Amino acid sequence: MQQLLQQLINGITIGAFYALVALGYTMVYGVLKLINFAHGGLFMWGAYVGLTGLNVLLVLLAGGGAVAIFPTAVIVMVTIAMVGVLVERVAYRPLRSAGRLAPIISALGVAFILESLARNVYGASYKTYPTGLIPVGRVEILQGVRVSLMQAIVLIVSFLLMAALYLFVYRTRIGTAMRAVALDHEVSRLMGIDVDRIIATVFLIGPGLGGLAGMIVALYYGSFDFTLGWIFGLKAFISAILGGIGNIPGAMLGGMILGIIETLGAGYVSPQWKDVIAYVILILILIFRPTGLLGERVAEKL
Amino acid sequence: MLLLKTENLHTYYGHVHALKGISLEVEEGEIVTLLGANGAGKSTTLRTISGLVRPREGEVKFKGHVLNHVPAHRIVQMGVCHVPEGRRIFTTLTVMENLMMGAYTVKDERVVQENLQRVFDLFPRLAERKNQLGGTLSGGEQQMLTIGRALMARPSLLLLDEPSLGLAPMLVKAIFDTIREINARGTTILLVEQNARAALKIAHRAYVLETGRVVLSGPAQELMQDERVRKAYLGER
Repeated sequence: MQQLLQQLINGITIGAFYALVALGYTMVYGVLKLINFAHGGLFMWGAYVGLTGLNVLLVLLAGGGAVAIFPTAVIVMVTIAMVGVLVERVAYRPLRSAGRLAPIISALGVAFILESLARNVYGASYKTYPTGLIPVGRVEILQGVRVSLMQAIVLIVSFLLMAALYLFVYRTRIGTAMRAVALDHEVSRLMGIDVDRIIATVFLIGPGLGGLAGMIVALYYGSFDFTLGWIFGLKAFISAILGGIGNIPGAMLGGMILGIIETLGAGYVSPQWKDVIAYVILILILIFRPTGLLGERVAEKL
Repeated sequence: MLLLKTENLHTYYGHVHALKGISLEVEEGEIVTLLGANGAGKSTTLRTISGLVRPREGEVKFKGHVLNHVPAHRIVQMGVCHVPEGRRIFTTLTVMENLMMGAYTVKDERVVQENLQRVFDLFPRLAERKNQLGGTLSGGEQQMLTIGRALMARPSLLLLDEPSLGLAPMLVKAIFDTIREINARGTTILLVEQNARAALKIAHRAYVLETGRVVLSGPAQELMQDERVRKAYLGER
């Protein structure tokens, strides 16, 4: 029982990473019906920008420790959000009326460019985040069930961000306009909605969250390299499909489920078999619900 | 006062020459209807006015402003609302959210509430269903929603594309009564209809389109008596 609870907490932590990144895939798919393969690259760049930001701030603050994390997180979000908007403007918008294949190829192109840039700028070796920023303390919440301070921060930050995003999309005028644009571009224009601007907003929010997730993942694991975007990006993409692509609560749910299945598989069977177990279960879920857990009728568009 | 004027509009879809010089005028306060067979260019005329497609030649003028290069979402702000064919509501948004999207260009919350009240007066059914998802409404209710949604911006010109299409006869009558009511409350209407008889009954003037050209125009009463119109569009022999 304790082991199960412990595994669940670890699983939810990983799941929160997947969910934060999956939101970017699902929001872009919602408004453009495009799989934004560049999203993993933006996520990975979040880790690198965070690394540089932390190193610079630690020097400026003369070893300020954990204080440097918050301003760095803001810098990462703003930078990656701006790159996201730029990618849409340069690589996707000119292809908006070019069918569905060309933008996907363009997205893959951007993904390769982002990855090559990272390797050329930062090198191919593993990078490590400064250690000791967050104390390694663990709290025993139940007998034998421990939550590290790092895990607690990851969970709290992720859930706050997801709750804020949910409220934004479902309770505000611009959020409602996003859902309207996802349903029908032409009618949205006839409502007076500036569709280009709404799409740009999506490319501000998705990559902003994804970039921040990149920094948090790097903080959590301590080291990473330029391939980070592929592994996490792909798993987050799978989470988005699992939850029902285009569906925001679905992306959150899909990420959590994938994280939990992986962790339970690793914990109860063996780490070498966790991917086999996780993806067998995923395939089964998709066989019974091809549109994903919370999705409606969208899967055929893939 | 002249509200809308199109001059010699030529619009293409790819290589298809859909409008071949459409010139028409709509005076403030009028109901003007566009009649014609499928493919005559009625919908394209509305789409060109609302900025969804651009004319290759000619001019759209609304209140003296040329609209040719104004983005569609700004044309809405200027007071032209287009209700496209086929009841295209936002199915997974609630009725209320649909209406709020109609009021997207209205920044003053007081005006939004006023407009909402007017729409609910006109369509009490929408008030009853305001928290339901748009997709769960019946066909007639969905048509009310598309019209109510457009009225949320309180347009000075309403473009209606086939509002009676696919509705039961009783509902068709209700929709035409409503259109007349909207007009009586001060909104100018440009109406595209297959149901020529009902459209001519409520319209002040009409234009008959054939393959992208205006072939006939005049007061609705006169056109109703015109032999060509009676044969081609009113089903008489």
